[in-house]
Amino acid sequence: MSSVVDILANLWNDSGFSAFLTDWRSVVMIVVGCVLLYLGIVKKFEPLLLIGIAFGTILTNLPGAGLYHPELWDSFIAGEIGYGEILHNGGLLDILYIGVKAGIYPSLIFLGVGAMTDFGPLLANPKSLLLGSAAQLGVYCAFILAVLLGFTGPEAASIGIIGGADGPTAIFLTTKLAPHLLGAIAIAAYSYMALIPLIQPPIMKALTTQKEREAKMEQLRPVSKTEKIVFPVVVSIFVILLLPSTAPLIGCLMLGNLLRECGVTDRLSDTAQNALMNIVTVFLSTSVGATTVGARFLTLSTIKIVALGLLAFCFSTVGGLLLGKVMYKVTGGKINPLIGSAGVSAVPMAARVSQTVGQKANPSNFLLMHAMGPNVAGVIGSAVAAGFLLALFGG
Amino acid sequence: MFVLMSALPEKISVGSAIAYSLLGFAIVFAALIVLWGIINIMVSIFKKFKNRSETPANTPVVSAPTSAPVSPSAGSLAPGSAGDLMIHDVSEKTAAILMAIVANKIGRPLNELRFISIKEVK
Repeated sequence: MSSVVDILANLWNDSGFSAFLTDWRSVVMIVVGCVLLYLGIVKKFEPLLLIGIAFGTILTNLPGAGLYHPELWDSFIAGEIGYGEILHNGGLLDILYIGVKAGIYPSLIFLGVGAMTDFGPLLANPKSLLLGSAAQLGVYCAFILAVLLGFTGPEAASIGIIGGADGPTAIFLTTKLAPHLLGAIAIAAYSYMALIPLIQPPIMKALTTQKEREAKMEQLRPVSKTEKIVFPVVVSIFVILLLPSTAPLIGCLMLGNLLRECGVTDRLSDTAQNALMNIVTVFLSTSVGATTVGARFLTLSTIKIVALGLLAFCFSTVGGLLLGKVMYKVTGGKINPLIGSAGVSAVPMAARVSQTVGQKANPSNFLLMHAMGPNVAGVIGSAVAAGFLLALFGG
Repeated sequence: MFVLMSALPEKISVGSAIAYSLLGFAIVFAALIVLWGIINIMVSIFKKFKNRSETPANTPVVSAPTSAPVSPSAGSLAPGSAGDLMIHDVSEKTAAILMAIVANKIGRPLNELRFISIKEVK
Protein backbone atom coordinates (compact mmCIF):
# COMPACT_ATOMS: atom_id res chain seq x y z
CA MET A 1 0.00 0.00 0.00
CA SER A 2 2.77 2.39 0.94
CA SER A 3 4.57 1.67 -2.35
CA VAL A 4 1.47 2.75 -4.29
CA VAL A 5 1.41 6.00 -2.31
CA ASP A 6 5.12 6.47 -3.02
CA ILE A 7 4.57 5.91 -6.73
CA LEU A 8 1.72 8.41 -6.77
CA ALA A 9 3.83 10.90 -4.80
CA ASN A 10 6.72 10.44 -7.22
CA LEU A 11 4.35 10.90 -10.16
CA TRP A 12 3.05 14.11 -8.60
CA ASN A 13 6.56 15.39 -7.88
CA ASP A 14 7.68 14.62 -11.45
CA SER A 15 4.67 16.32 -13.00
CA GLY A 16 4.62 19.98 -13.96
CA PHE A 17 1.58 20.54 -11.75
CA SER A 18 3.66 20.28 -8.57
CA ALA A 19 6.08 22.87 -9.95
CA PHE A 20 3.17 25.30 -10.42
CA LEU A 21 2.76 25.34 -6.62
CA THR A 22 6.36 26.44 -6.17
CA ASP A 23 6.44 29.10 -8.90
CA TRP A 24 3.25 31.11 -9.41
CA ARG A 25 4.90 33.16 -12.17
CA SER A 26 4.61 30.26 -14.63
CA VAL A 27 0.85 30.26 -14.13
CA VAL A 28 0.68 34.01 -14.68
CA MET A 29 2.72 33.70 -17.88
CA ILE A 30 0.45 30.96 -19.20
CA VAL A 31 -2.48 33.30 -18.60
CA VAL A 32 -0.53 36.08 -20.40
CA GLY A 33 0.04 33.64 -23.29
CA CYS A 34 -3.69 32.93 -23.45
CA VAL A 35 -4.48 36.66 -23.46
CA LEU A 36 -2.02 37.16 -26.34
CA LEU A 37 -3.69 34.26 -28.18
CA TYR A 38 -7.05 35.97 -27.67
CA LEU A 39 -5.66 39.26 -29.02
CA GLY A 40 -4.19 37.50 -32.03
CA ILE A 41 -7.13 35.26 -32.90
CA VAL A 42 -10.16 37.32 -31.89
CA LYS A 43 -8.86 40.90 -32.18
CA LYS A 44 -6.52 40.02 -35.08
CA PHE A 45 -3.55 41.96 -33.61
CA GLU A 46 -0.65 40.97 -35.92
CA PRO A 47 -1.90 37.35 -35.74
CA LEU A 48 0.87 35.88 -37.91
CA LEU A 49 3.42 36.75 -35.25
CA LEU A 50 1.43 37.15 -32.07
CA ILE A 51 -0.02 33.64 -32.17
CA GLY A 52 3.45 32.09 -32.44
CA ILE A 53 4.79 34.36 -29.68
CA ALA A 54 1.81 33.51 -27.45
CA PHE A 55 2.19 29.78 -27.96
CA GLY A 56 5.93 30.01 -27.36
CA THR A 57 5.11 31.81 -24.09
CA ILE A 58 2.83 29.00 -23.01
CA LEU A 59 5.30 26.26 -24.00
CA THR A 60 8.30 27.82 -22.27
CA ASN A 61 6.38 28.31 -19.01
CA LEU A 62 5.21 24.71 -18.73
CA PRO A 63 7.42 23.37 -15.90
CA GLY A 64 9.36 20.27 -16.78
CA ALA A 65 8.88 20.55 -20.55
CA GLY A 66 12.54 21.56 -20.95
CA LEU A 67 11.98 23.24 -24.29
CA TYR A 68 13.94 26.38 -23.45
CA HIS A 69 16.77 26.90 -20.94
CA PRO A 70 17.53 30.55 -20.16
CA GLU A 71 20.50 29.52 -18.01
CA LEU A 72 22.16 27.97 -21.09
CA TRP A 73 21.85 31.29 -22.90
CA ASP A 74 23.27 33.13 -19.88
CA SER A 75 26.35 30.92 -20.15
CA PHE A 76 26.46 31.52 -23.91
CA ILE A 77 26.33 35.30 -23.45
CA ALA A 78 29.04 35.05 -20.77
CA GLY A 79 31.19 33.24 -23.36
CA GLU A 80 31.38 30.05 -21.30
CA ILE A 81 29.73 27.82 -23.92
CA GLY A 82 29.16 27.90 -27.68
CA TYR A 83 26.36 26.91 -30.06
CA GLY A 84 27.63 23.31 -29.93
CA GLU A 85 26.69 22.92 -26.25
CA ILE A 86 23.31 24.48 -26.91
CA LEU A 87 22.66 22.05 -29.76
CA HIS A 88 23.78 19.20 -27.51
CA ASN A 89 22.04 20.13 -24.26
CA GLY A 90 19.24 22.47 -25.33
CA GLY A 91 15.57 21.82 -25.96
CA LEU A 92 13.68 22.34 -29.21
CA LEU A 93 13.09 26.05 -28.60
CA ASP A 94 16.75 26.56 -27.60
CA ILE A 95 17.75 25.18 -30.97
CA LEU A 96 15.21 27.32 -32.83
CA TYR A 97 16.39 30.35 -30.84
CA ILE A 98 19.88 29.99 -32.34
CA GLY A 99 18.38 31.48 -35.52
CA VAL A 100 17.28 34.56 -33.56
CA LYS A 101 20.53 34.88 -31.65
CA ALA A 102 22.60 34.60 -34.82
CA GLY A 103 20.42 37.24 -36.51
CA ILE A 104 19.28 34.79 -39.19
CA TYR A 105 15.48 35.01 -38.82
CA PRO A 106 15.16 38.82 -38.74
CA SER A 107 17.38 39.02 -41.82
CA LEU A 108 15.36 36.37 -43.67
CA ILE A 109 12.15 38.18 -42.73
CA PHE A 110 13.71 41.29 -44.27
CA LEU A 111 14.42 39.26 -47.42
CA GLY A 112 10.69 38.53 -47.66
CA VAL A 113 9.76 42.13 -46.81
CA GLY A 114 12.08 43.30 -49.61
CA ALA A 115 10.46 40.90 -52.05
CA MET A 116 7.03 42.26 -51.10
CA THR A 117 7.98 45.95 -51.18
CA ASP A 118 7.54 48.25 -54.14
CA PHE A 119 10.04 51.08 -53.80
CA GLY A 120 8.44 52.81 -56.82
CA PRO A 121 6.63 55.49 -54.75
CA LEU A 122 9.89 56.31 -52.99
CA LEU A 123 11.78 56.56 -56.29
CA ALA A 124 9.00 58.71 -57.77
CA ASN A 125 9.13 61.07 -54.81
CA PRO A 126 12.53 60.78 -53.07
CA LYS A 127 11.63 63.65 -50.73
CA SER A 128 9.78 60.91 -48.84
CA LEU A 129 13.16 59.88 -47.44
CA LEU A 130 13.11 62.98 -45.23
CA LEU A 131 9.80 61.89 -43.70
CA GLY A 132 11.21 58.41 -43.12
CA SER A 133 14.10 60.01 -41.20
CA ALA A 134 11.94 62.38 -39.13
CA ALA A 135 9.76 59.48 -38.05
CA GLN A 136 12.73 57.96 -36.23
CA LEU A 137 12.30 60.67 -33.58
CA GLY A 138 10.60 58.18 -31.26
CA VAL A 139 13.67 55.92 -31.29
CA TYR A 140 15.81 58.62 -29.71
CA CYS A 141 13.13 60.05 -27.39
CA ALA A 142 12.47 56.57 -25.98
CA PHE A 143 16.23 55.99 -25.72
CA ILE A 144 16.66 59.12 -23.57
CA LEU A 145 13.61 58.29 -21.43
CA ALA A 146 14.87 54.72 -20.92
CA VAL A 147 18.22 56.05 -19.68
CA LEU A 148 16.29 58.37 -17.35
CA LEU A 149 14.41 55.36 -15.99
CA GLY A 150 17.66 53.62 -15.13
CA PHE A 151 18.24 51.27 -18.08
CA THR A 152 21.79 50.77 -19.31
CA GLY A 153 22.86 52.19 -22.68
CA PRO A 154 22.43 48.92 -24.64
CA GLU A 155 19.07 48.24 -22.97
CA ALA A 156 17.87 51.79 -23.68
CA ALA A 157 18.95 51.46 -27.32
CA SER A 158 16.98 48.21 -27.66
CA ILE A 159 13.91 49.82 -26.10
CA GLY A 160 14.26 52.91 -28.27
CA ILE A 161 14.24 50.93 -31.51
CA ILE A 162 10.61 49.96 -30.79
CA GLY A 163 9.94 53.49 -32.10
CA GLY A 164 11.18 52.36 -35.51
CA ALA A 165 7.97 50.27 -35.67
CA ASP A 166 9.89 47.52 -37.38
CA GLY A 167 9.68 44.10 -35.71
CA PRO A 168 12.66 42.36 -37.35
CA THR A 169 14.92 45.38 -36.74
CA ALA A 170 13.85 45.54 -33.07
CA ILE A 171 14.50 41.80 -32.63
CA PHE A 172 17.83 42.01 -34.46
CA LEU A 173 19.13 44.89 -32.34
CA THR A 174 17.79 43.55 -29.02
CA THR A 175 19.34 40.13 -29.62
CA LYS A 176 22.71 41.82 -30.05
CA LEU A 177 22.46 44.39 -27.24
CA ALA A 178 20.00 43.24 -24.56
CA PRO A 179 18.84 39.66 -25.21
CA HIS A 180 17.28 39.41 -21.72
CA LEU A 181 14.70 42.02 -22.79
CA LEU A 182 13.85 40.33 -26.11
CA GLY A 183 10.46 38.93 -25.11
CA ALA A 184 9.13 42.19 -23.69
CA ILE A 185 10.47 44.29 -26.57
CA ALA A 186 9.15 41.96 -29.29
CA ILE A 187 5.71 41.76 -27.70
CA ALA A 188 5.56 45.54 -27.22
CA ALA A 189 6.74 46.21 -30.79
CA TYR A 190 4.28 43.85 -32.48
CA SER A 191 1.37 44.79 -30.22
CA TYR A 192 1.79 48.50 -30.91
CA MET A 193 2.22 47.87 -34.64
CA ALA A 194 -1.16 46.17 -34.56
CA LEU A 195 -2.56 49.14 -32.67
CA ILE A 196 -1.31 51.75 -35.16
CA PRO A 197 -4.86 52.40 -36.49
CA LEU A 198 -5.80 53.35 -32.92
CA ILE A 199 -2.59 55.12 -31.85
CA GLN A 200 -1.95 57.36 -34.86
CA PRO A 201 -5.26 59.00 -35.89
CA PRO A 202 -5.75 61.08 -32.69
CA ILE A 203 -2.16 62.39 -32.98
CA MET A 204 -2.64 63.09 -36.70
CA LYS A 205 -5.82 65.06 -36.04
CA ALA A 206 -4.31 66.95 -33.10
CA LEU A 207 -1.25 68.07 -35.04
CA THR A 208 -2.82 68.99 -38.40
CA THR A 209 -5.50 71.45 -39.46
CA GLN A 210 -8.50 70.48 -41.58
CA LYS A 211 -7.01 72.45 -44.50
CA GLU A 212 -3.73 70.53 -44.25
CA ARG A 213 -5.52 67.16 -44.11
CA GLU A 214 -7.53 68.08 -47.21
CA ALA A 215 -4.42 68.85 -49.31
CA LYS A 216 -4.37 66.83 -52.53
CA MET A 217 -1.12 65.55 -53.93
CA GLU A 218 -0.13 65.32 -57.60
CA GLN A 219 0.01 61.94 -59.26
CA LEU A 220 3.42 60.27 -58.94
CA ARG A 221 5.61 59.94 -62.03
CA PRO A 222 5.99 56.48 -63.53
CA VAL A 223 9.20 54.76 -62.45
CA SER A 224 11.13 52.74 -65.02
CA LYS A 225 12.06 49.10 -64.48
CA THR A 226 15.76 49.98 -64.75
CA GLU A 227 15.49 52.45 -61.86
CA LYS A 228 13.80 49.80 -59.74
CA ILE A 229 16.56 47.28 -60.53
CA VAL A 230 19.45 49.67 -59.88
CA PHE A 231 17.93 51.06 -56.63
CA PRO A 232 18.49 48.02 -54.36
CA VAL A 233 22.06 47.65 -55.58
CA VAL A 234 22.86 51.32 -54.99
CA VAL A 235 21.18 51.40 -51.55
CA SER A 236 23.01 48.25 -50.44
CA ILE A 237 26.40 49.59 -51.44
CA PHE A 238 25.85 53.05 -49.97
CA VAL A 239 24.15 52.18 -46.67
CA ILE A 240 26.38 49.19 -45.88
CA LEU A 241 29.50 51.22 -46.59
CA LEU A 242 28.19 53.95 -44.28
CA LEU A 243 27.05 51.62 -41.46
CA PRO A 244 28.51 48.12 -41.93
CA SER A 245 26.49 46.81 -38.97
CA THR A 246 23.30 47.19 -41.04
CA ALA A 247 24.63 44.70 -43.62
CA PRO A 248 22.45 41.71 -42.61
CA LEU A 249 19.22 43.74 -42.61
CA ILE A 250 19.80 46.10 -45.54
CA GLY A 251 21.56 43.37 -47.55
CA CYS A 252 18.64 40.97 -47.21
CA LEU A 253 16.00 43.68 -47.70
CA MET A 254 17.59 44.81 -50.93
CA LEU A 255 18.34 41.28 -52.16
CA GLY A 256 14.66 40.44 -51.72
CA ASN A 257 13.71 43.58 -53.61
CA LEU A 258 16.15 42.80 -56.42
CA LEU A 259 14.64 39.30 -56.75
CA ARG A 260 11.26 40.98 -57.13
CA GLU A 261 12.26 43.68 -59.59
CA CYS A 262 14.84 42.03 -61.85
CA GLY A 263 12.15 40.04 -63.61
CA VAL A 264 14.17 36.85 -64.07
CA THR A 265 13.82 35.35 -60.58
CA ASP A 266 10.06 35.22 -60.15
CA ARG A 267 10.27 31.80 -58.49
CA LEU A 268 12.76 33.01 -55.90
CA SER A 269 10.77 36.16 -55.26
CA ASP A 270 7.64 34.08 -54.77
CA THR A 271 9.45 31.77 -52.33
CA ALA A 272 10.89 34.70 -50.36
CA GLN A 273 7.47 36.35 -50.13
CA ASN A 274 5.51 33.25 -49.21
CA ALA A 275 7.04 29.89 -48.26
CA LEU A 276 10.30 31.15 -46.75
CA MET A 277 8.60 34.07 -45.00
CA ASN A 278 5.99 31.76 -43.47
CA ILE A 279 8.53 29.19 -42.27
CA VAL A 280 10.79 31.83 -40.72
CA THR A 281 7.79 33.55 -39.12
CA VAL A 282 6.87 30.31 -37.31
CA PHE A 283 10.44 29.81 -36.06
CA LEU A 284 10.94 33.47 -35.12
CA SER A 285 7.67 33.99 -33.30
CA THR A 286 7.81 30.74 -31.33
CA SER A 287 11.40 31.18 -30.25
CA VAL A 288 10.87 34.84 -29.30
CA GLY A 289 7.86 33.74 -27.24
CA ALA A 290 10.09 31.17 -25.57
CA THR A 291 12.22 33.93 -24.03
CA THR A 292 9.29 35.10 -21.87
CA VAL A 293 10.14 32.84 -18.94
CA GLY A 294 8.02 33.96 -15.97
CA ALA A 295 10.86 34.45 -13.49
CA ARG A 296 12.57 36.87 -15.88
CA PHE A 297 9.60 38.44 -17.66
CA LEU A 298 7.40 39.45 -14.72
CA THR A 299 9.47 42.40 -13.59
CA LEU A 300 9.06 46.15 -13.32
CA SER A 301 11.31 46.50 -16.37
CA THR A 302 8.66 44.85 -18.57
CA ILE A 303 6.06 47.41 -17.50
CA LYS A 304 8.52 50.22 -18.19
CA ILE A 305 9.29 48.76 -21.63
CA VAL A 306 5.60 48.52 -22.53
CA ALA A 307 5.08 52.18 -21.51
CA LEU A 308 8.23 53.39 -23.28
CA GLY A 309 7.26 51.46 -26.43
CA LEU A 310 3.97 53.32 -26.63
CA LEU A 311 5.72 56.65 -26.15
CA ALA A 312 8.25 55.70 -28.84
CA PHE A 313 5.45 55.05 -31.35
CA CYS A 314 3.76 58.34 -30.45
CA PHE A 315 6.96 60.40 -30.75
CA SER A 316 7.80 58.78 -34.10
CA THR A 317 4.35 59.68 -35.42
CA VAL A 318 4.82 63.24 -34.15
CA GLY A 319 8.26 63.50 -35.81
CA GLY A 320 6.90 62.45 -39.22
CA LEU A 321 3.88 64.73 -38.96
CA LEU A 322 5.91 67.78 -37.91
CA LEU A 323 8.27 67.44 -40.86
CA GLY A 324 5.21 66.80 -43.06
CA LYS A 325 3.82 70.14 -41.89
CA VAL A 326 7.11 71.87 -42.70
CA MET A 327 7.09 70.30 -46.18
CA TYR A 328 3.46 71.36 -46.63
CA LYS A 329 4.45 74.98 -45.93
CA VAL A 330 7.63 74.89 -48.01
CA THR A 331 5.92 73.35 -51.07
CA GLY A 332 2.91 75.63 -50.82
CA GLY A 333 0.49 72.85 -49.91
CA LYS A 334 1.68 70.27 -52.44
CA ILE A 335 2.51 67.71 -49.74
CA ASN A 336 -0.18 66.48 -47.40
CA PRO A 337 1.39 66.32 -43.90
CA LEU A 338 -0.59 63.16 -43.12
CA ILE A 339 1.84 61.09 -45.17
CA GLY A 340 4.52 62.00 -42.59
CA SER A 341 3.05 59.64 -40.02
CA ALA A 342 3.59 56.75 -42.45
CA GLY A 343 7.33 57.24 -41.98
CA VAL A 344 7.15 55.00 -38.92
CA SER A 345 7.78 51.92 -41.05
CA ALA A 346 5.06 49.33 -40.14
CA VAL A 347 4.45 48.60 -43.84
CA PRO A 348 1.73 48.97 -45.08
CA MET A 349 -0.42 49.60 -41.99
CA ALA A 350 0.85 53.17 -41.39
CA ALA A 351 0.31 54.12 -45.05
CA ARG A 352 -3.25 52.79 -44.86
CA VAL A 353 -3.88 54.95 -41.78
CA SER A 354 -2.67 58.05 -43.71
CA GLN A 355 -5.04 57.11 -46.55
CA THR A 356 -8.00 56.60 -44.19
CA VAL A 357 -7.50 59.85 -42.25
CA GLY A 358 -6.83 61.80 -45.46
CA GLN A 359 -9.95 60.45 -47.13
CA LYS A 360 -12.09 61.30 -44.12
CA ALA A 361 -10.98 64.93 -44.47
CA ASN A 362 -11.45 64.95 -48.24
CA PRO A 363 -13.23 61.99 -49.91
CA SER A 364 -11.44 62.67 -53.20
CA ASN A 365 -8.04 62.31 -51.54
CA PHE A 366 -5.98 59.24 -52.43
CA LEU A 367 -2.85 59.29 -50.30
CA LEU A 368 -2.02 55.58 -50.19
CA MET A 369 0.70 55.53 -52.86
CA HIS A 370 2.11 58.87 -51.64
CA ALA A 371 2.27 57.48 -48.10
CA MET A 372 4.03 54.31 -49.30
CA GLY A 373 7.13 56.45 -50.06
CA PRO A 374 7.73 57.55 -46.44
CA ASN A 375 6.57 54.12 -45.30
CA VAL A 376 9.33 52.23 -47.12
CA ALA A 377 11.78 55.06 -46.35
CA GLY A 378 10.99 54.35 -42.69
CA VAL A 379 12.19 50.76 -43.15
CA ILE A 380 15.56 52.03 -44.39
CA GLY A 381 15.59 54.78 -41.72
CA SER A 382 14.97 52.38 -38.84
CA ALA A 383 17.68 50.03 -40.14
CA VAL A 384 20.12 52.98 -40.25
CA ALA A 385 19.08 54.01 -36.71
CA ALA A 386 19.60 50.43 -35.52
CA GLY A 387 22.98 50.32 -37.26
CA PHE A 388 24.05 53.48 -35.45
CA LEU A 389 22.95 52.14 -32.05
CA LEU A 390 24.68 48.83 -32.75
CA ALA A 391 27.88 50.63 -33.69
CA LEU A 392 27.58 52.68 -30.51
CA PHE A 393 26.93 49.88 -28.03
CA GLY A 394 27.68 46.68 -29.93
CA GLY A 395 31.31 46.49 -28.87
CA MET B 1 34.63 57.05 -34.73
CA PHE B 2 32.48 54.00 -34.17
CA VAL B 3 35.41 51.92 -32.95
CA LEU B 4 36.07 54.45 -30.19
CA MET B 5 32.42 54.60 -29.26
CA SER B 6 32.08 50.86 -28.93
CA ALA B 7 34.15 51.08 -25.75
CA LEU B 8 31.40 53.10 -24.03
CA PRO B 9 30.46 52.11 -20.49
CA GLU B 10 27.07 50.35 -20.18
CA LYS B 11 25.62 52.95 -17.77
CA ILE B 12 25.39 56.32 -19.43
CA SER B 13 24.28 59.72 -18.17
CA VAL B 14 21.20 61.49 -19.48
CA GLY B 15 23.45 64.18 -20.95
CA SER B 16 25.35 61.55 -22.92
CA ALA B 17 22.07 59.95 -24.02
CA ILE B 18 20.87 63.30 -25.38
CA ALA B 19 24.18 63.86 -27.17
CA TYR B 20 24.11 60.35 -28.73
CA SER B 21 20.49 60.86 -29.73
CA LEU B 22 21.23 64.11 -31.52
CA LEU B 23 24.17 62.49 -33.27
CA GLY B 24 22.12 59.40 -34.18
CA PHE B 25 19.20 61.44 -35.47
CA ALA B 26 21.59 63.57 -37.53
CA ILE B 27 23.21 60.46 -39.00
CA VAL B 28 19.84 59.00 -40.03
CA PHE B 29 18.94 62.31 -41.69
CA ALA B 30 22.34 62.65 -43.35
CA ALA B 31 22.25 59.07 -44.65
CA LEU B 32 18.80 59.43 -46.15
CA ILE B 33 19.52 62.89 -47.58
CA VAL B 34 22.59 61.50 -49.34
CA LEU B 35 20.42 58.62 -50.57
CA TRP B 36 17.95 61.19 -51.89
CA GLY B 37 20.82 62.86 -53.76
CA ILE B 38 21.96 59.51 -55.16
CA ILE B 39 18.42 58.74 -56.37
CA ASN B 40 18.24 62.14 -58.06
CA ILE B 41 21.57 61.57 -59.80
CA MET B 42 20.40 58.08 -60.82
CA VAL B 43 17.13 59.46 -62.21
CA SER B 44 18.85 62.22 -64.19
CA ILE B 45 21.30 59.71 -65.69
CA PHE B 46 18.44 57.45 -66.75
CA LYS B 47 16.56 60.43 -68.21
CA LYS B 48 19.60 61.39 -70.28
CA PHE B 49 19.98 57.83 -71.58
CA LYS B 50 16.27 57.65 -72.30
CA ASN B 51 16.29 60.96 -74.18
CA ARG B 52 19.29 59.89 -76.23
CA SER B 53 17.76 56.58 -77.19
CA GLU B 54 14.37 58.13 -77.98
CA THR B 55 15.52 61.13 -80.03
CA PRO B 56 15.78 59.40 -83.45
CA ALA B 57 12.53 57.56 -82.96
CA ASN B 58 10.71 60.71 -81.85
CA THR B 59 11.61 62.80 -84.88
CA PRO B 60 8.85 61.56 -87.22
CA VAL B 61 6.31 61.58 -84.38
CA VAL B 62 7.03 65.23 -83.56
CA SER B 63 6.77 66.28 -87.17
CA ALA B 64 3.51 64.42 -87.76
CA PRO B 65 1.11 66.89 -86.11
CA THR B 66 2.56 69.84 -88.03
CA SER B 67 2.08 68.16 -91.39
CA ALA B 68 -1.29 66.57 -90.74
CA PRO B 69 -4.32 68.36 -89.29
CA VAL B 70 -5.49 67.04 -85.92
CA SER B 71 -8.96 65.59 -86.08
CA PRO B 72 -11.51 67.17 -83.71
CA SER B 73 -12.36 63.84 -82.15
CA ALA B 74 -8.72 63.15 -81.25
CA GLY B 75 -8.38 66.61 -79.73
CA SER B 76 -11.40 66.12 -77.49
CA LEU B 77 -10.05 62.99 -75.88
CA ALA B 78 -9.09 63.24 -72.22
CA PRO B 79 -5.38 62.55 -71.63
CA GLY B 80 -6.09 59.28 -69.87
CA SER B 81 -8.43 57.92 -72.52
CA ALA B 82 -5.62 57.54 -75.00
CA GLY B 83 -2.98 56.29 -72.55
CA ASP B 84 -2.00 52.80 -71.56
CA LEU B 85 -3.08 51.36 -68.25
CA MET B 86 -0.65 48.98 -66.58
CA ILE B 87 -2.39 46.17 -64.71
CA HIS B 88 -0.38 44.07 -62.23
CA ASP B 89 -1.94 40.94 -60.70
CA VAL B 90 -5.43 42.32 -61.34
CA SER B 91 -7.92 41.05 -63.92
CA GLU B 92 -9.26 43.46 -66.55
CA LYS B 93 -12.73 43.08 -65.10
CA THR B 94 -11.56 44.03 -61.60
CA ALA B 95 -9.60 46.98 -63.03
CA ALA B 96 -12.72 48.23 -64.82
CA ILE B 97 -14.75 47.92 -61.62
CA LEU B 98 -12.10 49.78 -59.61
CA MET B 99 -11.94 52.63 -62.15
CA ALA B 100 -15.72 52.94 -62.09
CA ILE B 101 -15.74 53.05 -58.28
CA VAL B 102 -13.05 55.74 -58.17
CA ALA B 103 -14.92 57.84 -60.77
CA ASN B 104 -18.15 57.45 -58.83
CA LYS B 105 -16.54 58.27 -55.47
CA ILE B 106 -14.94 61.51 -56.64
CA GLY B 107 -17.89 62.45 -58.86
CA ARG B 108 -15.95 62.87 -62.12
CA PRO B 109 -16.71 61.24 -65.48
CA LEU B 110 -14.43 58.31 -66.25
CA ASN B 111 -13.08 59.87 -69.46
CA GLU B 112 -11.72 62.83 -67.51
CA LEU B 113 -9.59 60.62 -65.32
CA ARG B 114 -6.22 59.14 -66.10
CA PHE B 115 -5.29 55.80 -64.59
CA ILE B 116 -1.65 54.89 -64.96
CA SER B 117 -1.48 51.55 -63.19
CA ILE B 118 -3.56 49.30 -60.97
CA LYS B 119 -1.79 46.95 -58.64
CA GLU B 120 -2.99 44.73 -55.84
CA VAL B 121 -1.44 45.76 -52.51
CA LYS B 122 -0.83 42.51 -50.64
